[in-house]
Amino acid sequence: GAAMDLFGDLRRMNKRQLYYQVLNFAMIVSSALMIWKGLIVVTGSESPIVVVLSGSMEPAFHRGDLLFLTNFHDDPIRAGEIVVFKVEGRDIPIVHRVIKVHEKGNGNIKFLTKGDNNEVDDRGLYKEGQNWLEKKDVVGRARGFLPYVGMVTIIMNDYPKFKYALLAVMGAYVLLKRES
Amino acid sequence: RKNVEDFTGPRERSDLGFVTFDITADILNGKNGLQNFWNKNTLIIFDWNVKQLFLYLSAEYSTKNNALNQVVLWDKIMLRGDNPRLSLKDMKSKYFFFDDGNGLKGNRNITLTLSWNVVPNAGILPLVTGSGHVSVPFPDTYETTKSY
Repeated sequence: GAAMDLFGDLRRMNKRQLYYQVLNFAMIVSSALMIWKGLIVVTGSESPIVVVLSGSMEPAFHRGDLLFLTNFHDDPIRAGEIVVFKVEGRDIPIVHRVIKVHEKGNGNIKFLTKGDNNEVDDRGLYKEGQNWLEKKDVVGRARGFLPYVGMVTIIMNDYPKFKYALLAVMGAYVLLKRES
Repeated sequence: RKNVEDFTGPRERSDLGFVTFDITADILNGKNGLQNFWNKNTLIIFDWNVKQLFLYLSAEYSTKNNALNQVVLWDKIMLRGDNPRLSLKDMKSKYFFFDDGNGLKGNRNITLTLSWNVVPNAGILPLVTGSGHVSVPFPDTYETTKSY
């Protein structure tokens, strides 16, 4: 009778509210993705924000610092610049300084890098037989930096349980949040 | 200057240059707030947001092989609080000055410039070139023996 109608109403309202919360969550995720894609377009770099993973650039940068990159096509590569590059075949971006540049008239450029905190240049890090880096190896030029902020990503990488816990808490918060 | 087999790089013989240099520099320090107020035109480099400077001496030149070459010969990290006045004499280059080829022999125009990368506590990372540079010519012949 009236009681069953009331329960029916309640169940229907909760389902609608649930759908609403899920849509809200999806909208937040899409906006975040759009902002990230926008950054990739604006900076010209496939990875506009990177976290420093090693101590090879100390005392300037420490593990966990955040770097903001640009990779404009017309930006020349010059000695002293801090570049983020990937060695062919490897996924890990390396943040080091350019110490040698040889550029031909046609724009063809080859350069050598070295970490400020390392004794030797990076030839040991490059691919077997590779002596120089080229423009195609560059992910971006470091233009700005924030200390410590990237530590969260490192912790999430090293302790996956922390990552899942964080995602669960975030998910629960968004889904259960009641609009006033 | 020699023509030496470069084991660290490509297999061909490349020119290796030896340079000795003096560096005198006065990197302005922002400690004295009063000085900052009265000398409005003075560029204060070490302000509250500067963690350190990465100084480097680079040689820039042109060769037949390459339109532009830049080689860092020496570098130094200057932390905020370090003595901002540099007075280095008879310095030898920290890194080997190898050319990509044989473009050092007879090259009259190698320009040495002192530049620095400002590393803030947080924010933008600018690269600044100091005013004043030196032109260095290399001789037309190789040296067969050298005590370095």
